[in-house]
Amino acid sequence: MAILVIAEHDNAALNGATLNTVAAAKAIGGDIDVLVAGSGCSAVAEAAAKVDGVAKVLVADHDAYSHQLAENVGELVAELGKNYSHILAPATTAGKDYLPRAAALLDVNMLSEVIAVEDADTFARPIYAGNAIATVKSADAIKVMTVRGTAFDAVAAEGGSATVETVDVVKDAGTSAFVSEELAQSDRPDLTAADVVISGGRGMQNGDNFEMLYKVADKLGAAVGASRAAVDAGFVPNDMQVGQTGKIVAPNLYIAVGISGAIQHLAGMKDSKVIVAINKDEEAPIFQVADYGLVADLFEAVPELENAL
Amino acid sequence: MKVLVAVKRVIDYNVKVRVKPDNSDVDLANVKMAMNPFCEIAVEEAVRLKEKGVATEVVVVSIGPKVAQEQIRTALALGADRGILIETEEKLESLTVAKLLKGVVDKEQPQLVLMGKQSIDSDNNQTGQMLGALTGMAQGTFASEITIDGDKANVVREVDGGLRTVALNLPAVVTADLRLNEPRYASLPNIMKAKRKPLDVTTPADLGVEVKSTQSLVKVAPPAEREAGIKVASVSELVEKLKTEAKVL
Repeated sequence: MAILVIAEHDNAALNGATLNTVAAAKAIGGDIDVLVAGSGCSAVAEAAAKVDGVAKVLVADHDAYSHQLAENVGELVAELGKNYSHILAPATTAGKDYLPRAAALLDVNMLSEVIAVEDADTFARPIYAGNAIATVKSADAIKVMTVRGTAFDAVAAEGGSATVETVDVVKDAGTSAFVSEELAQSDRPDLTAADVVISGGRGMQNGDNFEMLYKVADKLGAAVGASRAAVDAGFVPNDMQVGQTGKIVAPNLYIAVGISGAIQHLAGMKDSKVIVAINKDEEAPIFQVADYGLVADLFEAVPELENAL
Repeated sequence: MKVLVAVKRVIDYNVKVRVKPDNSDVDLANVKMAMNPFCEIAVEEAVRLKEKGVATEVVVVSIGPKVAQEQIRTALALGADRGILIETEEKLESLTVAKLLKGVVDKEQPQLVLMGKQSIDSDNNQTGQMLGALTGMAQGTFASEITIDGDKANVVREVDGGLRTVALNLPAVVTADLRLNEPRYASLPNIMKAKRKPLDVTTPADLGVEVKSTQSLVKVAPPAEREAGIKVASVSELVEKLKTEAKVL
């Protein structure tokens, strides 16, 4: 068996989600190759070659791949993936965008957000917003899947010595173009990679009050998230949303502030190692999953927490 | 410009999902069904494009059992012009759904296909992208804004870390994310009017698509339960526990 893992990157650095995806590939077993499709991405290829357990890095370096346009990357993955038994990509917005295209071009079905490998054909994945876990056996000749990073412990970024091979396949559909990007600028760690996450919900009352959470986050080196209720109320942008329809996180410590604990939010954070909930409503469902619950007014408790750290 | 919107009949999002005791699947007997929320957003966007004079006709398609006509009627009540049901009792996988939709696209020749980014039952997030691949159309997934500009669609996409704008040649497939719009409620007169709008029924065989399955469900289990922990009385007790007991600070 040979497995192709598609690297997540920004042409400059390898994204950590790739390491979790390689871990899933290891659980399947077989030779693991990594595809780096990008433009001016040689540093990424070098980093990928050092990843533990990788046999070969394929580099497709061309303008057509510079922004991970799904039309182009999808075709490239389908072309190179023909020779593999499994094709894995991280379940990031990029992976979710191009991988189903590759699967359709290969005339196979796909598995989304795989959270466990049972054997080379059988995988577990959440359905119904995480309210049920389906174990699915695939009869497709090539198993194509996105991998939920939080479900697999990352492999070591160093220690490997894969060969690097240039791929001269250029797929430029010419049907789409990158226009612009507005990425949230932050000195804080990425939500999905942070060791500590502190999130606010509707109880925060407005966006300005999130400043209290930022202060705590800065002391803990934490990322700041939000519930969908807080996002829908316009307190904070959607890229902060933790939940089934937002980001899935599993930090060592998750602090939920003013969050009631709707199912859709729990689906995004219940795999955190330690969960703390601060809410003035002692009946809030969040307390049913919290390791440590504090029934208190967040406007008093959060500043107090900041001072205690 | 003709817009095709694909909608799916799924469990109502307010219903608590329960796994069957024999772990064979989730229990859908006698539960309330509704249009997938992301599909509703796609319908709303199509209707808004028509109201702006950008779209000339909104055709809504669904795939499923006869009762899926209810969801098509809902879309017609929201403002779509006519409906197509591809009737089948079988449980379909994304690739087959995409092939069926390609059959409709070939026949209807829409300039824009709108659909939800994922359905809240299977949570696959695949069909729009697969349809794009099979038809050769460009795609704008997880859209939070769509602007039609001549023969192009500018789509703002919700991506990890922020927003990204892409320009797509038409025809194209766009999948709706939550913040694209807030769907309206159908008014009673429009619900009555929707009953008289045309709704054609076709089958996979009519479209020349063979329904085949490559994924078998081994089991469905409820997620691991997390046990409630303890309540602490104060912030200082919380910090103390996090330091000495949980050792995460």
